[in-house]
Amino acid sequence: MRDGGAQERGALAESRTVRWTLIALALTFLALFLVLPLLAVFTEALRRGFGPFLEAFAEPDTQSAIRLTLLVAAIAVPLNLVFGLSAAWAIAKFEFPGKSVLISLIDLPFSVSPVVSGLVYVLLFGAKGLLGPLMSDWDFKIIFAVPGIVLATIFVTFPFIARELIPLMQEQGTAEEEAALTLGASGFRAFLTVTLPNVKWALLYGVLLCNARAMGEFGAVSVVSGHIRGLTNTMPLHVEILYNEYNFVAAFAVASLLAGLALVTLAAKSLLEWRHGDALAPARRH
Amino acid sequence: MAIAITAEGLAKSFGAATAVAGLDLEVRPGELLALLGPSGSGKTTFLRLVAGLETPTAGRILFDNEDATRLSVSERRVGFVFQHYALFKHMNVADNIAYGLRVRPRPTRPAKAEIRRRVDDLLDLVQLGGLGKRYPTQLSGGQRQRVALARALAVEPRVLLLDEPFGALDAKVRRDLRRWLREVHDRTGHTTLFVTHDQEEALELADRVAVFNGGRIEQVGTADDILDRPATPFVAGFVGEAVRLPVDVAGSWIRIGPHAVRTQSENVAGPAELFVRPRDFVVADDPASGIPARVVAVRRTGPARRAELFLGEGLPPVEIELAADHPVRKGDVLTVTLRTIRLFTSR
Repeated sequence: MRDGGAQERGALAESRTVRWTLIALALTFLALFLVLPLLAVFTEALRRGFGPFLEAFAEPDTQSAIRLTLLVAAIAVPLNLVFGLSAAWAIAKFEFPGKSVLISLIDLPFSVSPVVSGLVYVLLFGAKGLLGPLMSDWDFKIIFAVPGIVLATIFVTFPFIARELIPLMQEQGTAEEEAALTLGASGFRAFLTVTLPNVKWALLYGVLLCNARAMGEFGAVSVVSGHIRGLTNTMPLHVEILYNEYNFVAAFAVASLLAGLALVTLAAKSLLEWRHGDALAPARRH
Repeated sequence: MAIAITAEGLAKSFGAATAVAGLDLEVRPGELLALLGPSGSGKTTFLRLVAGLETPTAGRILFDNEDATRLSVSERRVGFVFQHYALFKHMNVADNIAYGLRVRPRPTRPAKAEIRRRVDDLLDLVQLGGLGKRYPTQLSGGQRQRVALARALAVEPRVLLLDEPFGALDAKVRRDLRRWLREVHDRTGHTTLFVTHDQEEALELADRVAVFNGGRIEQVGTADDILDRPATPFVAGFVGEAVRLPVDVAGSWIRIGPHAVRTQSENVAGPAELFVRPRDFVVADDPASGIPARVVAVRRTGPARRAELFLGEGLPPVEIELAADHPVRKGDVLTVTLRTIRLFTSR
């Protein structure tokens, strides 16, 4: 920003006062609603020093919550990776009836409240649900058990990867794949050697977002989990339980772990955008 | 080794839209055939049908005497060059060219050293020796298209198919590549089909030209056939910057608006269409025996000068080509005669 009078300003540039007021406003807002709470999480967690902070993680229930969260993410993210890739591939590279319906369906989890997403599974697989009797016949528990948590997480996170890939793959078109076919490659070979390398950074970006949401999801998981300590508690649910028991240090300690995950995700995301921005466009701007 | 391509009643529709409307075409072995036509005339769809990138709604495609209609793209062994190159962005030039060899099943895949040797040979053929390590984004448009051609040639295709290969390049590069493509064709001898909407390119480069219109072929012939003996009004109007004049033929006289011109052809009578090109007109020596026409505009085109002539109310303006040193000026009246008469009965 050079020092310049009114003559040097472009037609769209605001005056200096307006510019700085807007920037100050945005920064204040960010500080109040993002930075401050984040700091609060870490200060609360470390209020009594490192000892109690680390002790919180020695708790078996906390450990099992962390394990469950990792397990759920380890199942949901790969499944959504496969689903997201196939959906994006189908939508971007082929014409078929019902394509627009499929696109709207992929967006559904974004528009539905997570609590409703969870309820859907309760209504479907719960004891009084549609498929409930069948489940009890087979002696297979979905609701208030790990399978329900996995299902709800998959549902809530499934748009992330597909949404990241569809615009990019649509923009890239099918010419390179067609070229691979004319050169003798099979469809699968063309996918592996041409399509996948062209979307790898966007795919990684989508996986990152999907993973962050899978680990952090509260609403949908809360409905189907049943909050059984050591069995069906994920990290976000465990934070709530600890907090309700006035165990603030432990609650914030676990919360700080989630916040740390968010920060790592953010850093990785920024790195991706910085290093491979061109390969992510046009999906990059959210 | 060059093969013939035959299309029999080949048709392709996309939903209700007909792209190729049942056409027959015989491409001779080793021939360089241009598919010329306006956009939407079905020429690219025809090319993609030959490649197997589209499935025909009806008809057959034969490679020599073998029915290729049901063969998949990879089984047809065609070399296809796309208008926008379709190079693999994430691979360097050498890997792009080697792709078709590397995806072969193990028994037919050449050894690594052999692949490297073939890539080097092809790089030399397309005059890009030493650029194998570059990535497509580091090349100019003309260079990219040459890589695309090398990549297509690497798989030893039975036929070479080019979709508007020079469409995205500027005029100078186009001309150079055109000449170069002709050389490569003469050296490698593949039966080659190439799509273009540029008639100059088609007429200059190809052994024969197939003129497409509305999903059908209007005429197949040499440049001389197409230019001097257009088979249909469409061809007459499409090539050579022709202007269509509505005329009336009575006996050996053609009535053009208020004017009349003598004709030798006897097979046209009544309302007809006369196609005139800038070089069909000549300034008459005798002012009494020609059409008087007012000059409404003069412009310079390359080595010649063009004057736009007003022939009469309701008639489109026509152009006459004159020597660059002709002293014509806007507002002059020139007396002109027609030296070539291209006449078709109105339909």
